Amino acid sequence: MIPDERGYFGEFGGRFVPEVLIPALNELNEAYRWAVDEPSFQEELFRLSRCWSGRPTPLYEAERLSELKGGARIYLKREDLLHTGAHKINNALGQGLLAKKMGKKRIVAETGAGQHGVAAAAVSALLGVECVVYMGEEDIHRQAPNVNRMRLLGAEIKAVRSGSKTLKDAVNEAIRDWVTNVESTFYLLGSAVGPHPYPLMVRDFQSVIGREAREQVLSLRGALPDYVIACVGGGSNAIGIFYPFLKDEQVKLVGVEAGGCGLESGKHAASLAAGKIGVLHGAKSFLLQDEFGQIQSTHSISAGLDYPGVSPEHSYLKNSGRAQYVTVEDHPALDAFHILSKTEGIIPALESSHAIAYALDLVSTLGKDQSIVVNLSGRGDKDMGIVGSILEVNQ
Amino acid sequence: MMRIASVFTEKKHAALIAFITVGYPTLEATLEAVPLLEKCGVDMVELGIPFSDPLADGITIQQASFEALQNGITPAACLDAARFIRKKSNMPLIFMTYYNPVLSYGQELFCADSSRAGIDGLIIPDLPLEEAGALEESTLNHNLDLIYLLAPNSSEARIREVADRSRGFIYLISVTGVTGIRENAPLGLNEFTSKVKKHTDKPLCMGFGISTPEQAAHVSKSVDGVIVGSSIVHIMGTQKQWKPPLSHFIRSLKKAIQTAK
Repeated sequence: MIPDERGYFGEFGGRFVPEVLIPALNELNEAYRWAVDEPSFQEELFRLSRCWSGRPTPLYEAERLSELKGGARIYLKREDLLHTGAHKINNALGQGLLAKKMGKKRIVAETGAGQHGVAAAAVSALLGVECVVYMGEEDIHRQAPNVNRMRLLGAEIKAVRSGSKTLKDAVNEAIRDWVTNVESTFYLLGSAVGPHPYPLMVRDFQSVIGREAREQVLSLRGALPDYVIACVGGGSNAIGIFYPFLKDEQVKLVGVEAGGCGLESGKHAASLAAGKIGVLHGAKSFLLQDEFGQIQSTHSISAGLDYPGVSPEHSYLKNSGRAQYVTVEDHPALDAFHILSKTEGIIPALESSHAIAYALDLVSTLGKDQSIVVNLSGRGDKDMGIVGSILEVNQ
Repeated sequence: MMRIASVFTEKKHAALIAFITVGYPTLEATLEAVPLLEKCGVDMVELGIPFSDPLADGITIQQASFEALQNGITPAACLDAARFIRKKSNMPLIFMTYYNPVLSYGQELFCADSSRAGIDGLIIPDLPLEEAGALEESTLNHNLDLIYLLAPNSSEARIREVADRSRGFIYLISVTGVTGIRENAPLGLNEFTSKVKKHTDKPLCMGFGISTPEQAAHVSKSVDGVIVGSSIVHIMGTQKQWKPPLSHFIRSLKKAIQTAK
């Protein structure tokens, strides 16, 4: 069984946390195992996923995008259409309901791009619990619209000024808060990282993406796709769409990491492509670290991919060869952002633009009878500020 | 190993254990601080190897770790510091750090080099029992004590296992929280310590949030050792002439522990 009882995906995962959190993780694991088999929990999650989050999301054939490169068919899994604008709501809703069942009155969350923070804030409002979101100061500046949305939804935003002032440091602060308020507080972790059972739980809550996509592509084409492509920061949208395809061995799974300014520049966030195995935020996985085991600062144009670690399950899939991981740099991602906007009338998140960029490269190498499913994990409204400032610079 | 255990034998009062971050504010300060701490009555020193993401630490040690890394401190530099200190002192020395720098160095090699440098034990706050098997083996190979932590919310079963596996002493975390200076003495202290004492005769040392002589005196009545970190690091980092206030502070801690009733 993957993961095993200790939360290991092969050699990756585990629980590397301060002693204080062990009872909390045991409690969470027990509650989660209850929820998996509890019809009333699953029904409530299903009901709210439909009428509150907006599931199921469509699988859309991007014909103009396919024609542009004259190759295979491209299908977009439209997680961008979800409430709050990204796949993050799937997991936030699941964990939020669990927090409520566990009797927790307070939720803490970390956020990078702000999408998980907004999702956590919205779910907290829906469930009537207090919400505190930790966000790096750097990210607060580059994702200002999301900060306002979180405040409007009633969350308290705490600026993180330590370290690189981005997602990694926001996770540190959220964990410190949890350690301190462990009795009252639920840590709503936004990606498939962290100590067991988070990577498992987040993957399960996000697998709805892949389950729907698999059914949809089968009914549209009568066949499985040749490729499934998703961007990878922490890796939750990718594991969510990959997981239900894992046993379909003919389907190639490709995760796209943020190449930033290029791997050789050192300014990137490609943990799988350029990292070494290590331990961060409670799990063993590939990590961007220096020769002394210090975690390195990362760079990506997209705040949501700007993280030095990755889900232990992706590390496992990389080593087992079941999934392949590639990188796309800032500029091609930005180009893809524009191309999708102009050809399909869909503004993708900068995170998802990395997956689109790789799909555009790939599509011209494939035959017309082949097909690609791309997880369009979020919408790009939040990125107008950063893209706007780049446009101004270029004009 | 013998050095740590010897601190607790034939001791009338609780031991005083000091934590400092290696390389903060400078490496020179670390090398000067240890003999001074010993002279003022410290029985054991924890040398903190800085890590970029110290998630069990509060703001004081976070800042110290950050600056120590800016000063170019590496695990190798910490080993050199230990070697230098060991030449002049027979006091037990413990490395406290996070798991990733140890993993990156190589667990077996790290333990071998630590032992050779005169280190007596290791404390790794993000390495709970379940994950510590390999490191435990390496510490045993090289005569290092691997010191485990317990928290007020640890279950009886975990207390039993830590009591069984921890060597040197058992590190009791005074509160559910991170390291740092706190105003109040920990609550429910006796409940916690007596729960642990039911399962072990090993020495118990308490840390996290103990920052004044009053708190140290209060805690010392229930345990075999009192660990003070953030307030020492704070004095060294914020006062240019840190030696006189540090001496004064340590002496007042020592006196408070010795006269605690």
